[in-house]
Amino acid sequence: MSLPEVSTHQQIDELRAEEHHPTPRQYVKVAIVLFVVTAFEVAIYYIEAVGGLLVPLLLLFALIKFVLVVLWFMHLRFDSRLFRRLFVTGMAFALIVFAIVLATFFFRDPGAFTESNGSNGSSSSE
Amino acid sequence: MSTHEVAVEGAVHEEHHTSMGLDNVKMAMWAFLGSECLFFGSMISTYLLYRGRTASGPSPHEIYDIPYTSVSSFVLLMSSLTMVLALAAFQRSDDRQGRIWLLATAFLGVTFIGGQIYEFTTFYEEGLALATSPFGSSFFMLTGFHGAHVTVGILMLLSLYGMSAFGRIEGGRSAARPVEMVGLYWHFVDIVWIVIFMIVYLIPE
Amino acid sequence: MATAALTRRGMFARPRATTGWWSWVTTIDHKKIGILYGVTAFVFFLIGGVEALFIRLQLARPDGQVLDAELYNQFFTMHGITMIFMVVMPMGVALMNYFIPLMIGARDVAFPRLNAFSYWVFLFGGIFVYSSFFLGGAPDGGWFGYAPLSRTLPGHGMSYYSLGLQILGIASLAGAVNFIVTILNMRAPGMTFMRMPVFIWMSLVVSFLLLFAMPVLAVALFQLMFDRLFGGNFFNPAVGGDPLLWQHLFWVFGHPEVYILILPAMGIVSEVLPTFSRKPLFGYAAIVFAGVAIGFMGWGVWAHHMFAAGLGPVANTAFALTTMFIAVPTGIKIFNWVGTMWGGSIRLTTAFLFAVGFVAMFIIGGLSGVTHAFVPHDAQQTDTYYIVAHFHYVLFGGAIFGLFGGLYYWWPKVFGRLLGERLGKLHFWLYFIGFNLTFGPMHIVGLQGQPRRIYTYPENMGWDLWNLVMTVGAFVIAVGTLVFIVNAVLSRKRGEEAVADPWDGRTLEWTTPSPPPEYNFSDVPLVTHRDDFWHKKYARTPEGEPVRVFAGAEHADDDEHHHGIHLPSPSYFPALAALGMPFLGYGTVYKILPAMIVGAAILLLGLFGWGLEPSVEE
Repeated sequence: MSLPEVSTHQQIDELRAEEHHPTPRQYVKVAIVLFVVTAFEVAIYYIEAVGGLLVPLLLLFALIKFVLVVLWFMHLRFDSRLFRRLFVTGMAFALIVFAIVLATFFFRDPGAFTESNGSNGSSSSE
Repeated sequence: MSTHEVAVEGAVHEEHHTSMGLDNVKMAMWAFLGSECLFFGSMISTYLLYRGRTASGPSPHEIYDIPYTSVSSFVLLMSSLTMVLALAAFQRSDDRQGRIWLLATAFLGVTFIGGQIYEFTTFYEEGLALATSPFGSSFFMLTGFHGAHVTVGILMLLSLYGMSAFGRIEGGRSAARPVEMVGLYWHFVDIVWIVIFMIVYLIPE
Repeated sequence: MATAALTRRGMFARPRATTGWWSWVTTIDHKKIGILYGVTAFVFFLIGGVEALFIRLQLARPDGQVLDAELYNQFFTMHGITMIFMVVMPMGVALMNYFIPLMIGARDVAFPRLNAFSYWVFLFGGIFVYSSFFLGGAPDGGWFGYAPLSRTLPGHGMSYYSLGLQILGIASLAGAVNFIVTILNMRAPGMTFMRMPVFIWMSLVVSFLLLFAMPVLAVALFQLMFDRLFGGNFFNPAVGGDPLLWQHLFWVFGHPEVYILILPAMGIVSEVLPTFSRKPLFGYAAIVFAGVAIGFMGWGVWAHHMFAAGLGPVANTAFALTTMFIAVPTGIKIFNWVGTMWGGSIRLTTAFLFAVGFVAMFIIGGLSGVTHAFVPHDAQQTDTYYIVAHFHYVLFGGAIFGLFGGLYYWWPKVFGRLLGERLGKLHFWLYFIGFNLTFGPMHIVGLQGQPRRIYTYPENMGWDLWNLVMTVGAFVIAVGTLVFIVNAVLSRKRGEEAVADPWDGRTLEWTTPSPPPEYNFSDVPLVTHRDDFWHKKYARTPEGEPVRVFAGAEHADDDEHHHGIHLPSPSYFPALAALGMPFLGYGTVYKILPAMIVGAAILLLGLFGWGLEPSVEE
């Protein structure tokens, strides 16, 4: 919801966007990186030795892919900062709000709701 | 649904002065994508909450077929490449090549959807349905709505192809603008899958 | 772009009617759509009001016999859904539709056809929900449809709820995107953010809240739909589904929704008070930033609706704190409104009375709201009439008073005739007295423990007298509504004709004739100040007194001028596309595949026709 004032750097941003569309060659390079990262993701899934590092690594790889697509294929790197703010606001709301929602399931009164329902028994990931 | 009309409205809007010097349709599209973050965020959270609640049905890693899903993820990832190549072609007024890349993107999308239908059928035969468990409900809802988004995207790609083939939109800006809007939507659906692939399939329980 | 080459031939000639029935169906003029929204919302207001009267009749005496329990459940559920989703929200949208372009100096919204689509989806969604009354029973699980009750209630009522609110949500989302782009991108030259009227600011915040809140509700409703109709297990505790998830998703939407309901009224009041105090708004920047702050903080308080759900002390404490904090920006606004009136030369018009009524009633509702922030206090009051009192003080004493203030204020601009002031003041006082008679005593019986949503109560609980008073109050409100209708009809027949600027206003809409021409402004205004129109009318003496620099509106409308203005042409397709929604809805509720296919086909046909027609016909 952060709103920049109308100003000339907005127009400059826009001009820059017009000039700086990536070339097909650059698009292909990005795609190759995406492919390689995906390959890594799947590979570490099978490598036992990764152990406890698996989840952080997967998060990192997914983040790299996400950011690459958004910045290059969706041109946010070159486009107006307003678009970036619209998207980032949505992302931030989603991340923060749902992190809290999921956290409340950890913190709730142990007595109020028990996990005895269903067959999941002592599932701990909630 | 609303993406389609926003995207297509762009094709017919005359260019005019705007107070921020930005394109109306593009701004609407980014606002809509911001909204979609919350839409998928809700479903992903539901999945995270329910992934362990399998009732008497199968658990996630009893039924996931990682190699298979890796291939379909790869297909969708590459469709983003063909999508930007289509845009680049239309931007340099090479409509013929643009249309080829549009078709290629739609084809990759159809392949992904076909793969998802096959996956759903297999899961169903192995005993996981929407009604099996909270896990089943949340899995099918999340991946199903993603699939619905891909399907809407395919429809928009084919519409663009038709509009270009019949001369409704022609090289340069008149074609590149709607292609760019559909492209934004398409890439967004792709990044949602990047997240789903990691959270749903790869992260162990 | 080759617009001429795209001119439509053959089966769908472009609609050309400018008057009559078809002109309203095909209109994409933001002003006509605004009127459609307003009339529709008012009809729903009457329906929802009648439901409320039945509820009050039932509760007037102990062991009431007017409604049975089932019908009572349907009435209070539909009253809530109606007033929130079909009255307060669309009434705000009606005013936004009409006045956002006029106040920012634009000729229309950014996407006129999307705007028409929003309206038709809203109308069809409302009719869809209400048709359930004739098809076996309306929703009866409360407006927030708590699971697992909502997934197991027999009949189709809650299925209509899950799909009907979904349809209404699509309308809101489309409208939100449209208003965001309009406000950010369609402002007249010179209309910087800090020169925008506060109503525009509040509309922008509301649109962002809708943009980010509606999808969360959409997911919750889809989950409920799957549970009810397709065997889903999202909220089935028997196999591990968690009812708390529904509460979270609903209130993550539901609390921003509260601000969606109240912020437009706050915007209206911020326009009405300065105009009738002949003073600029006190602390413009503070009001704007308080509004934006409410928009952000509104996302961090939702769990205070769930204090009784057993979230545990950590979550309860955190949400109690954020809830207390959110009272701060609201307090800033109230302080500023009082500061605006302070020392002004006040004209006690009806619009002003409603605005002051808003401030006063909203303070009461706000204070009783803060009492809920205390968890033990809340645990005592949850699901009693104290809560009902609280949210009616903010939503009726707040939002509805504010909206009526807006109606009296802008009526002459919309219809070219003033509403009668005598009847208007009668209307206000009937509302003010009736409102306090109805909802004031609810605090008392609530604290005495009368539960909400229970269709009857036994004698000798000590609630008899107050319940009778409340029922009388409700009928006083009903009389007030009748007075308003009479006033509107009389104004239409022989109301005083309105000049362009009847209130000596400050904002751009008053520079246009009443009612404004289709193109709004023959010349796009150039804005140099906040309250630009005021600065064009008045200069300041060295003592700070305003002196009039010229009389009347800025420029009379000259017919010669506007022939070069190209407005978007009317279209059948938004209404056609929206028509697909009820088919999809009924098809899903009754699981009739052909109906769903027909609905999807109509929707697609409408969207394709829409996409292929040029927005401006030569």
